[in-house]
Amino acid sequence: MSAIVGVDVGGTFTDLFALDPATGTFRTGKVPSRRGDEAAGFVDGLNAVGGMAGLAAVVHGTTVGTNALLERKGARIGLIATRGFRDVLEMRRRDRRRTWGLWGDFVPVVDRDLRVEVDERTRADGTVLVPIDPAQVAEAGRALRARGVEAIAVAFINAYANPANERAAMAALRALWPDGHLCCSADILPEIREFERTSTTALNAYLQPVVGAYLGRLEAALGQGGFGGRFHIVQSNGGVMSTAMARSLPVRTALSGPAAGVIAAAAIARAAGFPDVITGDLGGTSFDVSLVANGQPAFAAQAAIDFGLVIRTPMVEITTIGAGGGSIARVDAGGLLQVGPESAGSVPGPVCYGAGNDRPTLTDANVVLGRINAERPIGGALARLDVEAAREAIARRIGAPLGLDAVAAADAIVRVANAKMAGAIRLLSIERGHDPARFALMPFGGGGALHAGALMREVGLKATLVPRFPGVTSALGCVLADLRHDQVQTVNLMLAGLDEAALDARLAAAGEEARGVIERGGLPIEGVEVRFEADMHYVGQTHTVAVPLPFRPAGGAAGVTIGAIRTAFEAAYTAAFSRLLPEIPIRIANVRTIAIGRRPPLDLATLAPPATASRAAAERGARTVWFDGAAHQATVWSRLDLPAGAEIAGPAILEQADATIVVDPGLAARVDRLGNLVITRA
Amino acid sequence: MSLDPVTLAVLKGRLEQIADEMDATLARSAFNPIIAEARDLSHGLYHAQTGETLVQGNAGLPIFVGATAFAVRAVIAAAAKEGGAKPGETWIFNDPYDGGTHLNDFRLVRPVFRNGALFCWIASVGHWLDIGGNVPGGYNPRATDAHQEGVRIPPVRLMRDGLVDPAIVAILQANTRVPLSNWGDLNGQINALDLGERRLHALLDETGEAVVAEALVALTARAEALMRSELARLPDGRYVAEDFLDNDGIVDEPLPIRLAMTIAGDAMTLDFTGSAPACAGPLNISRATTIACCYVALKHLFPEVPANGGCLAPIRFVVPEGSILAANAPKPVAGYTETILRVIDTVFRAFGQAAPERATAGPFATINALSISGWREAATRWVMFCFFGGGLGGNPETDGLNHGNNPISTATIPPLEILEAAYPVRFTQWALRPDSGGPGLHRGGLGAIYEIAVDDPRGAEAFLLGERGRFPPFGVNGGGDAAPNRFGYETETGWARPPMASKVFGVRLGEGARVRLETPGGGGWGDPRARDPALVARDVRLGYVSAESARRDYAVVVAADGSMDAAATAALRKAAAA
Repeated sequence: MSAIVGVDVGGTFTDLFALDPATGTFRTGKVPSRRGDEAAGFVDGLNAVGGMAGLAAVVHGTTVGTNALLERKGARIGLIATRGFRDVLEMRRRDRRRTWGLWGDFVPVVDRDLRVEVDERTRADGTVLVPIDPAQVAEAGRALRARGVEAIAVAFINAYANPANERAAMAALRALWPDGHLCCSADILPEIREFERTSTTALNAYLQPVVGAYLGRLEAALGQGGFGGRFHIVQSNGGVMSTAMARSLPVRTALSGPAAGVIAAAAIARAAGFPDVITGDLGGTSFDVSLVANGQPAFAAQAAIDFGLVIRTPMVEITTIGAGGGSIARVDAGGLLQVGPESAGSVPGPVCYGAGNDRPTLTDANVVLGRINAERPIGGALARLDVEAAREAIARRIGAPLGLDAVAAADAIVRVANAKMAGAIRLLSIERGHDPARFALMPFGGGGALHAGALMREVGLKATLVPRFPGVTSALGCVLADLRHDQVQTVNLMLAGLDEAALDARLAAAGEEARGVIERGGLPIEGVEVRFEADMHYVGQTHTVAVPLPFRPAGGAAGVTIGAIRTAFEAAYTAAFSRLLPEIPIRIANVRTIAIGRRPPLDLATLAPPATASRAAAERGARTVWFDGAAHQATVWSRLDLPAGAEIAGPAILEQADATIVVDPGLAARVDRLGNLVITRA
Repeated sequence: MSLDPVTLAVLKGRLEQIADEMDATLARSAFNPIIAEARDLSHGLYHAQTGETLVQGNAGLPIFVGATAFAVRAVIAAAAKEGGAKPGETWIFNDPYDGGTHLNDFRLVRPVFRNGALFCWIASVGHWLDIGGNVPGGYNPRATDAHQEGVRIPPVRLMRDGLVDPAIVAILQANTRVPLSNWGDLNGQINALDLGERRLHALLDETGEAVVAEALVALTARAEALMRSELARLPDGRYVAEDFLDNDGIVDEPLPIRLAMTIAGDAMTLDFTGSAPACAGPLNISRATTIACCYVALKHLFPEVPANGGCLAPIRFVVPEGSILAANAPKPVAGYTETILRVIDTVFRAFGQAAPERATAGPFATINALSISGWREAATRWVMFCFFGGGLGGNPETDGLNHGNNPISTATIPPLEILEAAYPVRFTQWALRPDSGGPGLHRGGLGAIYEIAVDDPRGAEAFLLGERGRFPPFGVNGGGDAAPNRFGYETETGWARPPMASKVFGVRLGEGARVRLETPGGGGWGDPRARDPALVARDVRLGYVSAESARRDYAVVVAADGSMDAAATAALRKAAAA
């Protein structure tokens, strides 16, 4: 058997997508996640889609790293730092939590007494001023071990310019640390900026024991279930890595699950003929947005998982705003209606869940307006939703102060939430110079497609593309994702007078190393692509622009020329800002190496509706739904039973087990050949 | 007609986004790190006739958020003298007495027209690296008039009919040590205005001028209503506070800032009568800047009140003419940041009396503008210029933040590796400063120790403009004061301290010589002797607090092995309470 299964373990559900490329068949699955016993939930899920024996591969999107960071449940770790600099991690970049208001503090992941300084110093030019004393480092290691430390991060000043002292320290520690829970900043992120490098390294050490143990439990469970294939993990960059790599670089899993979702969205959108989409995942507490332009997801260089917890590594850029189904609506002291960021979460959840919350949420508004079917809640945990309680809460807390009836107040809540979501999409698209009229919205998760019509209208998007299985998008992404390895190196080279041969040799070597990482991954791939980017700027600027370099390594050379670098920089700079500044010298700050192992493409036609599907079989009658203050009779359909080519005029509601899709009046939906739903203006 | 609250909420988001995008555009394209990294910038929309703030970007430097309305008013007045603003114009100026702050802050102000009528103004403010004067970077601690601080530009037209006037640019370029950097920043500010204008036109095309105009009026009214509801919650009364600047860098005498805050119903008066007269050195500020920094203080106390001119409507200001808080040309102003921090402190102090349970203890409240400068081979100059961090005050919810930024700023500090790569300096320490936070039930955050060596055989010289060397950040509600600022530098005969505490003019540093800056923490909140002894023992274990301070300030006995002696602590606390 050749089946490959994608498994996305979220906070509430574990989603699965199992594909057998040989037969072109697939299965989806959704089982409750088991918090604290994820391996059991994982196994439940695999059993639900056909069991483990004979699977070729399992690819996993995980939030175990994210949760350990958010809940501060990583390992007890030590940090070994340059004498005089142990507080870099705690001092951050001198920021505070918010612009206005001075309250709040910060607790670093390593207590100050577990941050040990040693004598060593490297200059900015890479020369070693004070060499390491291995005996002193070993003594520091022994002292930390005696204090119960499970992992050690080594982060020295200017280690990006010369890793020698860090490597010597690692050598001195390795004998004391046979389990390998050690990392140093020059290995994790050889890039200038001591706080970001130290933070990324420390968070990596903080996660090593946690992620390592988690993967160990999963591997044991897979082994017991008779699994003999490859087990891989999705990274925050949307690429797949081996579990060995995940054990040594767990910090790269921070956005594993959400990144897989964006990868799937990009693949589905490309196949459907929509190279430019904005994805919107509406969850219980948040709305996650990301941008896919020309079929490629946008990337961010770093992210803060929480205040002060900075991870610097290329990630699929996902913007989160506090507007989810559970976001609470209120009228503030100035008489303005606000939705979120406070959330009722999944417990107690919206008023209509009947679990004790009496403050209305976005979901309550959608229920009152008839958009969500109260008799068939998604997820299957509740038998029905309490529409009356939702209506009463909205009337009392929103309607009364604003002088509106319950339906008008519910409509107002939806409009304000739509405006927030539209704002997030606009920031991501327009601000980056993208014309929204070129983009389609791709909602996934359970609730995104409830708001598609309003978001199309407010942002000026051309269409909405709802994937056939919006609830398992991240699991599908696990199956589709390529292998990927990113590496960065700060170089600080002036472009004028650049030693082309030296940079060429450096890129060629970096390319070979990255290629090796991919080839050792062991998943079937069609080929390895290695490319380079540079972070460049005019001397004097502190921000850089990312410049794709037109070099491909072959035969031990990369083909570096100054002219080609300049041309690439000027093109990237012009795209970002209006004017070039030819009188100012250009500098290359960092070079980035990206190796991608292309996986065999999946024909998404596999997901298409069966030929036997018919419009008649999908009909589910009609119900009253409110749009912009007016009652409409909306037709209701079973989404998965619709055949390819079916066209549904709004107002309509399309239901499936894990999502509800609203087609506003004036819009029309069509099922494309792959089973996606394309909503456009009628 | 009256806009429904939902349309209003939607338009509010759209308008704020325009200002946010202007902030982002300048930050990404700026040349100097004070804009690009420290975000010393601000953008917004302003009322066509009054110049009042309508909408502000969220990323803007807090002090500019308050000050820019005055800048727009200055341009409105200047344009009126020449027959009014015209389409295609952009005005520029840095005059600190006429709606500016200090000379480095350049304002670009542009009218936006719709159908031939002025709809509103948009503005961009950014801190340029150098604008002449005696000291590179502009922070001249010995200036006795503004002409020693740099070139002063009154409101003039930078652009006509959409084209930059090359004569203005040539004058600006001739009066700076870093013409290319300023040129890059000027372009960034024009980019931001262009973008803001495009976005605003798109919104107006979509929704119509009348609806947006009405939304702007409603948002201003709403800010006023929110501010009034906050003030009404405070007990009526007169709350008096004073604080001091160490000296003005010329005459070593303390300079008082005095405030009487009167709350009556939903209105407030801030009366600065009794504050020092305008001083000889560079610590003066204009009346506009005084009002702007009160606005910053109030925004920190009431973060929910939106940033537009309406929130100042319930507040009356009394700022004595000719005082240090309402100085006129050519009194020097380069060190304005120190004075506005002290004004903010007096507002925090007075508020702490009105509502101690909601009070925030004093932040470290000095920016420590340090420049170290020397010469490279080809007789070109290098200037490392940086502001430094310190502790924030204890508060009702938490201990103060260790190593944060001042209330007037959201700037991040440059990485020391970037500084070492760019300049011949080598940091020898970058650490939290033990015992610098004020004791309290909620302890003040810790300040920092920065030690920097000159790594060049030609040596260098150092300038510093700092404060809080003699009057430390204050505790509230029974909390203690923080440690004061300290600066030292190495000479051939050992460590020396400057005569004016934290103001240093051009001390010579040989190769390898170090400067050492120890910044204040934040003040404490609440009685330190009520702090959980286990937390105090933890502070001692982590080295935030010494065992001596634990005993003296918190009445907690921590043994040499780090364990808390419960019996001795109980006895000590009992004795202290008696």
